[in-house]
Amino acid sequence: MTNKELQLTAANVRKGIVTAVHSAKSGHPGGSLSAADMFTYLYFEEMNIDPKNPKDPNRDRFVLSKGHTAPGLYSTLANRGYFPVEDLTTLRKLGSYLQGHPCMTETPGVDMSTGSLGQGVSTAVGMALAAKLNGDSYRVYTLTGDGEIQEGQIWEAFMFAGAKKIDNLTVIIDNNGLQIDGKIEDVCSPYPIDKKLEAFNFNVICIDGHDFDQIRDAFAKAKECKGQPTAIIMKTTKGKGVSYMENQAGWHGKAPNDEEYEQAIKELDEQIAKIGEA
Amino acid sequence: MADCEVKKIATRESYGNALVELGKKNPNVVVLDADLAGATKTSTFKKEFPDRHIDCGIAEANMTGIAAGLSTCGKIPFVSSFAMFAAGRNFEQVRNSIGYPHLNVKIGATHAGITVGEDGASHQCLEDVALMRTIPGMTVIVPSDDIEAKAAVMAAAETEGPFYMRFGRAAVPVINDRPDYKFEVGKAVVVKDGTDMVIFANGVCVAEALGAAEKLAADGINAAVVNVHTVKPIDKDTILEFAKKTNRVFTVEEHSVIGGLGSAVCDVLSENYPVKVKKIGVYDRFGKSGPAGALMKEFQLDAEGIYNQIKAAL
Ligand SMILES: Cc1ncc(C[n+]2csc(CCOP(=O)(O)OP(=O)(O)O)c2C)c(N)n1
Ligand SMILES: [Mg+2]
Repeated sequence: MTNKELQLTAANVRKGIVTAVHSAKSGHPGGSLSAADMFTYLYFEEMNIDPKNPKDPNRDRFVLSKGHTAPGLYSTLANRGYFPVEDLTTLRKLGSYLQGHPCMTETPGVDMSTGSLGQGVSTAVGMALAAKLNGDSYRVYTLTGDGEIQEGQIWEAFMFAGAKKIDNLTVIIDNNGLQIDGKIEDVCSPYPIDKKLEAFNFNVICIDGHDFDQIRDAFAKAKECKGQPTAIIMKTTKGKGVSYMENQAGWHGKAPNDEEYEQAIKELDEQIAKIGEA
Repeated sequence: MADCEVKKIATRESYGNALVELGKKNPNVVVLDADLAGATKTSTFKKEFPDRHIDCGIAEANMTGIAAGLSTCGKIPFVSSFAMFAAGRNFEQVRNSIGYPHLNVKIGATHAGITVGEDGASHQCLEDVALMRTIPGMTVIVPSDDIEAKAAVMAAAETEGPFYMRFGRAAVPVINDRPDYKFEVGKAVVVKDGTDMVIFANGVCVAEALGAAEKLAADGINAAVVNVHTVKPIDKDTILEFAKKTNRVFTVEEHSVIGGLGSAVCDVLSENYPVKVKKIGVYDRFGKSGPAGALMKEFQLDAEGIYNQIKAAL
């Protein structure tokens, strides 16, 4: 896909996020929107996947370690053709296959059940390790929050992946700077993230998570790297794309009301029109 | 119950409010949180006593260990997170760093059970009472409303030793605003006397069990409702008294039927007065996303569902 196509797709993914969360009247828009460009790139460009064959044993895997941003994953999967986009409005409702947090036994395309922070990276390491043991060539991707990396288990997983040279694993850290209680450096600073990961034998790449050239370049470098897992630390804006949500900790886990929803859709439609003209 | 007439408040709110009261009384009270100050309502305490509120970040196991250390040096730490993490993720830290040395740490676990609602199964802890009551010396309390929740927090602060207190996310009716209500750790409360059967319940299920008892009364069945807010140490005397009196025992809890209140009641009865018990709760399954009220209905834990389950068992 061209950058323009990716941008258009990401804007539609964002519309799906706010639509789903608005319909659910609860859920997590902030961290879904900050990662929307990354979700889009992974599922539309990077990963070897087939929406018609979501259990293909040779597919690349993705683990959403920051499971609360399920709306981002669901909207991407829907836009990619795993299930109808219309179903996004069933998010979090009784009987829906779109649970509040990702559930691999319910939703096509979800490779791991998550929601309890700090556990997803370990499971991704397991998937990557299985590829090594079985001689398979698929790659494994996982996305963690910058607050999430306060969990000790994350660093156990990093230590293992680095020590065991799990080079078919790419960890993406969404450095949007915010968690629930405020700025990550105020709550309990994980900085410097890059130096810590380097010390754990990671190939560390720092990028702007809203720039598709930089995202493309980072994944190319990740694939070239042998003997080390790669960590892509992406600077992002929490709530990206919806003006009043941007950089607001309060929009971590809150749904827009009807008025706010309409404004969000209006803004995203304007962005789509602008991308179309460019 | 006529919902509109009854005052409703979530027990997590009660927790936050009680912490502020405690903070004023006792300078040694400190509150630990893991990036959930707003949800666990420890933000109420933080506002009053910012220096005594310690946000550990998203690191529940570490928070548990820090609390253990603080308690060895004279502090009275209240450790706060969702039940899933406070009891589930931290089980072994609680067992070995708090339970084994019998430290004076109070665990305030919010968002227990299916009434978590839309967040779904990953966040709906149905196993915490089972886990916590296996730890020697741990007091386990599941308050039924605002009044009881506050009383439990006060009692925990005044009683040496580890406490696990289970609070909910959803607003629940205030049912204990009676002049004769008295909270005592380990002492069950007879909410409604009865002769035909006894329903032992706790937490959000006490109000629902009362509703079920009303429906049973319409059928001519006089059910006693006993609020077993303390699951450990359990009130053997009251359980035996009502089992003997009615010879028909039901238990109701917003928890797995494996290991919770129902199991604790059965532990008492099987050794002392074997009688048939029907455990009502979540039957060996996970929760799911949906509004809290709709889930209580779906899992047959609302008054109607409890009534139907009791009738089916008769
Ligand atoms: C183990 C665990 N503790 C706490 C939570 C509650 N929780 C959900 S999201 C969140 C903050 C996450 O912040 P961050 O990782 O920065 O995510 P993002 O900013 O990308 O949304 C917390 C504490 C959880 N889901 N799991
Ligand atoms: Mg963040």
